[in-house]
Amino acid sequence: MLRMVKRAQMSKTKSTGIRLLAVFLALATAAILIMAMNLNPLEVYGGLFKGAFGSAYRVREVIIKATSLIITSLGIAIAFKMQFWNIGGEGQILMGAFAASCLALNIPDLSRPLLLVLMIIAGMIGGGLWALIPAFFRAQWKTNETIVTLMMNYIALKWVMYLQYGPWKDPLALGFPKIPNFTLNGILPKVLGMHIGWIFAIILVFLVAIFLNHSKKGYEIAVLGESENTALYAGINVKRTIITAIFLSGALCGLTGMIQASALNNTLSIEVSEGIGYTAIITTWLGGLKPVFISLVSVLFAALLQGGSFIQIAFGIPQAAAQLLQGMILFFVLGSEFFIRYKLVVDRPSLGEAKEELEE
Amino acid sequence: MNLISMEGITKTFGRVVANKEIRFQVKHGEIHALLGENGAGKSTLVNMLSGIYTPDSGSIFIRGKAVKLTSPRAALHAGIGMIHQHFKLVEVMTAKENILLGQKSSFFIRDEQLTQKIKEFSHRFQLDVDPNKKVYDMSVGEKQTLEILKVLYRGANILILDEPTAVLTPQETQKLFQIMLKMKEEGCAVIFITHKMNEVLAISDRITVLRKGETVKTVNTGETTTQELAELMVGHPVNLAIKREEATPGKVLLEVKDLIVESEERVKALKGVSFSLAAGEILGVAGVAGSGQKELCEAIAGLYPVKSGEVFFKGENLVGLSPRQIITRGISMSFVPEDRLGMGLVASMDMVDNLILKEYQNQKGLLINRKPAAAKSKNIIQKLEISTPGIHHPIKELSGGNIQKVLLGRELDSNPDLLITAYPVRGLDINVSYKIYELINAEKKKGVAVLFIGEDLDVLLELCDRIMVLCGGEITGILAAKQATKEQLGLLMAGEKNGKREDTELA
Repeated sequence: MLRMVKRAQMSKTKSTGIRLLAVFLALATAAILIMAMNLNPLEVYGGLFKGAFGSAYRVREVIIKATSLIITSLGIAIAFKMQFWNIGGEGQILMGAFAASCLALNIPDLSRPLLLVLMIIAGMIGGGLWALIPAFFRAQWKTNETIVTLMMNYIALKWVMYLQYGPWKDPLALGFPKIPNFTLNGILPKVLGMHIGWIFAIILVFLVAIFLNHSKKGYEIAVLGESENTALYAGINVKRTIITAIFLSGALCGLTGMIQASALNNTLSIEVSEGIGYTAIITTWLGGLKPVFISLVSVLFAALLQGGSFIQIAFGIPQAAAQLLQGMILFFVLGSEFFIRYKLVVDRPSLGEAKEELEE
Repeated sequence: MNLISMEGITKTFGRVVANKEIRFQVKHGEIHALLGENGAGKSTLVNMLSGIYTPDSGSIFIRGKAVKLTSPRAALHAGIGMIHQHFKLVEVMTAKENILLGQKSSFFIRDEQLTQKIKEFSHRFQLDVDPNKKVYDMSVGEKQTLEILKVLYRGANILILDEPTAVLTPQETQKLFQIMLKMKEEGCAVIFITHKMNEVLAISDRITVLRKGETVKTVNTGETTTQELAELMVGHPVNLAIKREEATPGKVLLEVKDLIVESEERVKALKGVSFSLAAGEILGVAGVAGSGQKELCEAIAGLYPVKSGEVFFKGENLVGLSPRQIITRGISMSFVPEDRLGMGLVASMDMVDNLILKEYQNQKGLLINRKPAAAKSKNIIQKLEISTPGIHHPIKELSGGNIQKVLLGRELDSNPDLLITAYPVRGLDINVSYKIYELINAEKKKGVAVLFIGEDLDVLLELCDRIMVLCGGEITGILAAKQATKEQLGLLMAGEKNGKREDTELA
């Protein structure tokens, strides 16, 4: 008989050990798959690392990927802290990008700093308002935010798709469904060869950490997340807290949207979100809702993505196989959380038990 | 030969040792009380007997045979049935359907035959249950009787009752005792868990006392006294008398007039409640669980919507104010909710974060300074003798008693004018309970008005100045505690209105 027993608190070294073991096991398992493709696993893993950190360019690419992931994860973390399951990061990114694009496309001749500041504000408001819709429903009628935020993603996606294929389509693109590029005024400047977003991300990590751990609002969010009754009892304005927290959550996602559209795509398109809204859910969880850990996890994730696309080219591995590799590592690491919380105990079956099982 | 024999039973949960080398034996045809303070390990022990937990080590013998009870079904197979404190009944089904639920039976239910069999059982054990009555139409006492019938029907001859009297009026308790005696006559064994000593002495044959997870002693009921039992439970001599502070009540602080509240389902939880409470007075509230106590506390604290009526505090009507307004207007009202972790505290947070719950709003600026609260935590830990690994340990990992102390410590620390406390000693050991009574008396002496929702009538009679009885959301009587008797209170709790209801207006 195998049964699960809940563990008492585990020491940091032991839990880290389990997680590392999980990564190792994932690599070992994936090695079988790689060998089945007649490749040397060690070389492929070396390639994975080289692809992520092998040159200054690649490191910059990793940081650029991590930037969007970190900012979005911070937003998701604020919502998750309140146990508001914001699955709507994708939609909020798209609507943030949409709001910023409205400005970039309509007032392209505004001075660059002013236009960019306005785009950042617009992006944050766009994402924030998009998140407010499910927040309002939740605060007012206790609807299930998981479903509503998810559905809002599709609405946002289809809205941007409509713009891209319809009214905003670039007449000069020879029929290609594409929105015109922003002028230079609408594009974020570079610092050390990377768009300035990485500086935003670093600042935001500290701001959000202070907000969650030391501010009154952050405390209210945590209390409310734990128990609405306790929040009421403590005199916390429940509706206002939900609205504030979710607006902030959406605003950070919206900022990602602005960054993606301005710095990376140079325009609005259905590709600006790149699935970051979903990946951020995983990084937020793995980072334990703690901003500093979230940023570490995000960098590792970005490295995995970057290295993954490198080995596709270097070894001629199909994209699906590279993703499979990423999926396996993820699966093992997430699975290891179970062993951190529980241990397995083997019971020696005794006569009495065996007999009773027969009788049942 | 013993019917049940548990030898060397040890059970741990993480680092907590709930049962340590326990020895526990039950004979045929006896009512055996399992006595101990909360956290002594009573529930853990019987949960192993009823197949909910499996012991880490030790053996269980039933009729001399070693058994492994791996599930409630296996336990029932061995003849052990448990009546939980919270009934496991399906409200929308009839008594009969509940009895049949999950039983092996042929595809078609032979209705007539079953009704007949249930009636036989009812008759044999004198269990008064109507097989076709829906559970939602039943009183608490009826539901409990049905639970007993259910496990007997399923073949149990060893019955475990986990704190069965907590939800009953004194009269219903008497009826339950009759049933227990009848089962004993029929040769069943009854294990009866409680922490109320007078009940133990009234009904049991033998008593096993547990303390801190270990068996202290098994005694014959005839040869023991309340005093001895209390000492066995606590481990040292205790003084069981509560001293009533004689104080002259001051002017009226709280006046509730015709208070009516409705639940979300539009059921009236309070049906026109009126009373007043003066400074330096303890007003006890008695009543069967769910008679409107919770709603009364929450309505005063601004947490429950008021349909009509007024709540005057120092002359100001509180109705319509939000909890925050009630706090920020300087109305010092401390409210110890009955649901400790669900409402009064934040389970996963540490003690410091829990202490700032109601005062962080008074701090200036956007950030919270936790230093004063940390100092206060250490202070309260010392004053109330809270055992915790540290002020930054999540409170959900503390024992129930220690959690309650954190809550009460915070509330008393805010120097209230009106202290509303619901079941403040629930889950506390005798020592701390008496300490809490002392604290409440000290508050009264300071001129604080105390609304004390209690469950133990003896305590209410000794501690309070007046006792208000609630039944079904109505006040059935307000008695002066000195003249009141338990029987009187029992009748009022059951809903018999007192002809000479005295609305003592203390002006």
